[in-house]
Amino acid sequence: MANQDQAAVVGRVIEERKSQAGALLPILHGIQDALGFVPTEAVGQIAGALNLSRAEVHGVVSFYHDFRTTPPGRHTVRVCRAESCQAMGANQLVEHAKVMLGVDFHETTADGRFTLEPIYCLGNCALSPAMMVDGEIHGRVTLERFEEVVSQVRE
Amino acid sequence: MSTRIYVPRDSSALSVGAEAVAAAIGIEAARIGANVSVVRNGSRGLYWLEPMVEVGTPEGRVAYGPVTVADVPSLFKADFLKGGTHKLSHGNTENIPYLKKQERLTFARVGITDPLSLKGYAAHGGWRGLRNALATDGANIVKQLTDSGLRGRGGAAFPAGIKWKTVLDTTADQKYVVCNADEGDSGTFSDRMIMEGDPYVLIEGMAIAGVAVGATRGYIYVRSEYPHAIDVLTRAIALAKAGGYLGDDVLGSGKAFELEVRKGAGAYICGEETSLLESLEGKRGMVRFKPPLPAIAGLFGKPTVINNVITLASVPIILDRGAQFYRDYGMGRSRGTLPIQLAGNIKHGGLVEKAFGLTLRELLYDYGGGSATGRPIRAVQVGGPLGAFMPESQFDTPLDYEAFAAVGAMVGHGGIVAFDDTVDMAAMARYAMEFCAIESCGKCTPCRIGSTRGVEVIDRIVAGRERERNIELLKDLCDTMINGSLCALGGMTPFPVQSAIKYFPEDFGATSKRKAA
Repeated sequence: MANQDQAAVVGRVIEERKSQAGALLPILHGIQDALGFVPTEAVGQIAGALNLSRAEVHGVVSFYHDFRTTPPGRHTVRVCRAESCQAMGANQLVEHAKVMLGVDFHETTADGRFTLEPIYCLGNCALSPAMMVDGEIHGRVTLERFEEVVSQVRE
Repeated sequence: MSTRIYVPRDSSALSVGAEAVAAAIGIEAARIGANVSVVRNGSRGLYWLEPMVEVGTPEGRVAYGPVTVADVPSLFKADFLKGGTHKLSHGNTENIPYLKKQERLTFARVGITDPLSLKGYAAHGGWRGLRNALATDGANIVKQLTDSGLRGRGGAAFPAGIKWKTVLDTTADQKYVVCNADEGDSGTFSDRMIMEGDPYVLIEGMAIAGVAVGATRGYIYVRSEYPHAIDVLTRAIALAKAGGYLGDDVLGSGKAFELEVRKGAGAYICGEETSLLESLEGKRGMVRFKPPLPAIAGLFGKPTVINNVITLASVPIILDRGAQFYRDYGMGRSRGTLPIQLAGNIKHGGLVEKAFGLTLRELLYDYGGGSATGRPIRAVQVGGPLGAFMPESQFDTPLDYEAFAAVGAMVGHGGIVAFDDTVDMAAMARYAMEFCAIESCGKCTPCRIGSTRGVEVIDRIVAGRERERNIELLKDLCDTMINGSLCALGGMTPFPVQSAIKYFPEDFGATSKRKAA
């Protein structure tokens, strides 16, 4: 049932976007926006619609850091690891995030609430260290601020 | 008449609570019956003061910051609607020294206007460059660009006029203008500020490029880490099209220019122009061999102008005020202004647009106010993850492409990341290699494999295992990467590594001090 729903969503996104020039990235973004990830089953469907090989589509999905092939947690926490944030204590923040959430990068908490991801620059370098929680950007993130933001994430 | 209050909607301002401050101002005004209209502007780039609220008074705009929700009632009590004094007041915005000393050409409107107001854009000099471009021919537009001395602001500093001329001189049934808005270098945010704070200047610059070279279609490739920029640009393009500035008949000229935003997918390498083009075509972002140059065979194999956001956003003022006006700023072969970004461990981080020629020391201390932690600044990295680390002895280098190259550094996209004396330079060198391993497209072996080996060798050096031998090995590896990589990622990742070893050898265990410890 879930698979049928997924296939329908994938089909709808492909239909909407396949006529664009260089449609593959827009299609993958569309699918991930709708489902939270790009299901492995979608690869064949996309390949067929764009007249590409499955290998080509898989190659693109796996090339880009943004695309994931498994469902994420309900909330995604992205902590910046780049130089500017490192200059303001990002490494400590990363360690703190891993300990507090009990996961490493690219992992999801056991309760499915949070996925922790690294990110390489949010363009918030004058207010380092920075992080993004569900698309919302936070600057000057102290360890206390991190706990506050994460605990305030609404279910 | 209602009083105008400006609260930025810039990402960085939002990151420290601007949205809540804007809401609180609205609520408090309603509660006390004050007649205000809140404008959501871009940021002035004085980021340590964000959220910086400005009030429009007959004597000009008055700034308050950094404002929190808790400060809002007291601001009203202090009569800030009339520019009243408050502990957070900074007086007239234009007179804040950080801003007053700047020469804002590309950033002339950022933070001043409502980013999406077509009226505001036109009232502040917008579209004059495009009108001038439409009144002349491609060759003349390209000549003005060449004469202005504008060089690519993305990092490579290639003369923009030469790029455009190549596209102009290549005949094809379709040409493209592509904006590289994949601003992935740590310490940089000027592209983001333009896209969020003055999107029409980029749209105008791209339309001028289209008119100049005969391209009818443009793409702005924006990194996915910039959701607000994507949103603002998408809305701005729709409004500009409805206003007749884009579409099949640009300003009634009969010339067509369509524009579209495309979202990246988290790959740093897509900031490299050929990799970006591959990505736009829907492929893995693998670097292409050059030649052919993108100007001859670029997007979908067609002649393509591909420039960085700041390069394109600097075009309208050149076409408006003339090549000489722009050329009069700067030094040597670095003409015009550069939007410099002060980042990392710095007290007054933000955007400083100035003519080329300022020294690092002036930027770090006169503008930046020293480190945020109050400790000595030990090193700076200029130009992103591929830029060399510069020690204090190089702080008097003037910001100029050639002067930086002469000391083995690069200006790049103008980002300056400061580190205080607690920085571990061996760890920074290791990170440079690690980042290269994570972001390599995989095409060239020295970059793909060498970066991982680099991490391992640095680990051995730091652990004190066969130190001398491994230092030699690392130097050799760096040479291989520099000479054996197609693009700047593999070819320049060694620069931060080499400079860290050269200027900060003590962090790599060069003295007995560390061994003893």
